Amino acid sequence: MKTSVPGTAAARARPRAASVRRLWLRSPAFWFLFPAIFALAAIGVYPLLVALYNSFHQYKLADVGSGTPFVGFDNYVATLTDPSFWQALGRTVLFLCLTLPIEVGIGLFAALMLHRSGLAWMRAAARVSLVIPMATTYAVVGLIGRLIFNRQFGVANYLLSFFGVAPLDWLADPTLAYVSVMIMDIWQWAPFCALIFLAGLAMVPKEAEEAARLETPRWTMILWHLQRPYLLPGLTAIMILRSADMLKMFDAVFTMTRGGPGSATEFISVYIQRIGFRLFDQGMASAQAMLLLILTIVLSRLYIRFVYREAA
Amino acid sequence: MNTTPTTLSSGNTTLRARRARIARQRAGIGHFFGLLIVFLSSVFPFYWMVTTSLKHQADALAYPPRWIFTPTLDHYVDALFQHDVAGSLINSLIIASSTTVLAILLGTPAAYALARYEFRGKEDLWFWFISNRMVSPVVLAVPFFLIATKLDLVDTHIVLILLYLTFSLPIVVWICTDQFRNIPVELDEAARLDGASPWRVFWRINLPLAMPGIVVSAIFAFIFSWNDLLYALVLTRSDAITSPVAATSYMSGYELPWGEIMATGTLIVLPMVVFALLVSGRLVQGLTMGAVK
Repeated sequence: MKTSVPGTAAARARPRAASVRRLWLRSPAFWFLFPAIFALAAIGVYPLLVALYNSFHQYKLADVGSGTPFVGFDNYVATLTDPSFWQALGRTVLFLCLTLPIEVGIGLFAALMLHRSGLAWMRAAARVSLVIPMATTYAVVGLIGRLIFNRQFGVANYLLSFFGVAPLDWLADPTLAYVSVMIMDIWQWAPFCALIFLAGLAMVPKEAEEAARLETPRWTMILWHLQRPYLLPGLTAIMILRSADMLKMFDAVFTMTRGGPGSATEFISVYIQRIGFRLFDQGMASAQAMLLLILTIVLSRLYIRFVYREAA
Repeated sequence: MNTTPTTLSSGNTTLRARRARIARQRAGIGHFFGLLIVFLSSVFPFYWMVTTSLKHQADALAYPPRWIFTPTLDHYVDALFQHDVAGSLINSLIIASSTTVLAILLGTPAAYALARYEFRGKEDLWFWFISNRMVSPVVLAVPFFLIATKLDLVDTHIVLILLYLTFSLPIVVWICTDQFRNIPVELDEAARLDGASPWRVFWRINLPLAMPGIVVSAIFAFIFSWNDLLYALVLTRSDAITSPVAATSYMSGYELPWGEIMATGTLIVLPMVVFALLVSGRLVQGLTMGAVK
């Protein structure tokens, strides 16, 4: 990363002039950066410090009369010993483990279809169509889910009726509600995987690919021996980004199931939102937010380590 | 393939050629259906939303679903003016464009500095910008609600404009840094020799040349701000509600007005699909923070 910055080579060539120049340059760089750093610190870091402070205090919005006494690690202990917190986290991790392989599989299938030569017009149409799920507002994805999985007139039950399946009450059954949220998530994010894999496939040298096609008619051989190394960096990016996105997942679930029925689809962000804004326990929600932040920092460190350092 | 009269071998080759042709045709048919499935499954939920918004309630609730129906625009009129989705769309427009402009104003100089200057801790700074993409909105929403309550900013445009900077500013920084790196540094050096100040070099030479990247990052910033629900849900009540919040507000009552809900959804999503198509070539770059191009 350092070596790719222009100007370093010139600076090395003239060390003395460079050191003088750097002194002079330091101030413009600072002034170029200062507004952005200040803004992001004020809106992105200061609230985190407030949350950190609140996480050590009792802070119930429904009971402000009792003040906000310091309670030490009570909120953390309460969170970590609360089975519903672990259930929400477990539900989120399970969701990731179930949807990610499907998204990657469908994405890879679509990418291979789009990469193959021939049918240029159809490939262009399919490629453009992939943009639609990705651009759909998450909240609206949830609303579409409610429409499609409606018990009485939903099109999902209609399609299943061709296979002799009796109408299912998707959003009222815990397991089916979970599955329907999964299906909507796959609809929205498999295209993302497809486009990342497509970018990887485009990096394979044309000659090597043509030679391989003459060598073997089996696409699985080509995929494994030739294309795999070009797909792996994208796969790493998908895995880490999707993990972070699952921790963030709120909008579509909120509009589709509100975390229900019961708490069947109450993922970690939905859970924290409920504690903070429907039960009004800000101290507890802050502690949970801090724990979530730690997970996020770990994920972003991994992303930087495995995706950027390799790309640079 | 030439029909040479030599007996056995020619029979073999034509047979093999025919087999290969059949295999190719079969693969071609598979390819055709594969692409068709990709296309139909991406488009279908969107198509279903749009057509439901155009159906009379009786058609929308019919089972089996009606594929052919007499369209109506009534739901759009009702949603826009009776349910005041029009007002929420205006709020969304004000908030998303303000945060985009602010992100460009703050982000482009920062991106330029990251692309051009060397200083200690630069990499850490760059990674800090990127890490903001990973932070779950709920982590910030909890403390921000208290801060906004204290400052009496709940249900105002400004609080969302500021909050949306947490993702719009990083996206501008990471796309534009890439863009500035691709501008030859010799241009800067030549201008400096002519006595131009650093600010002038940035403003007059680099900024115009980086316009394509700036426009792309602006579109991303706009889309992400427009699409948010969680922050808006927590921080608005009535005056400043954005359109995703308006879309969720139908959820009370027994008989849901599906036509109106889907009309609202279409009004929210359609402009975003157009924008996303404009930047479709760089969608992956925007969503992976420039790690995959």
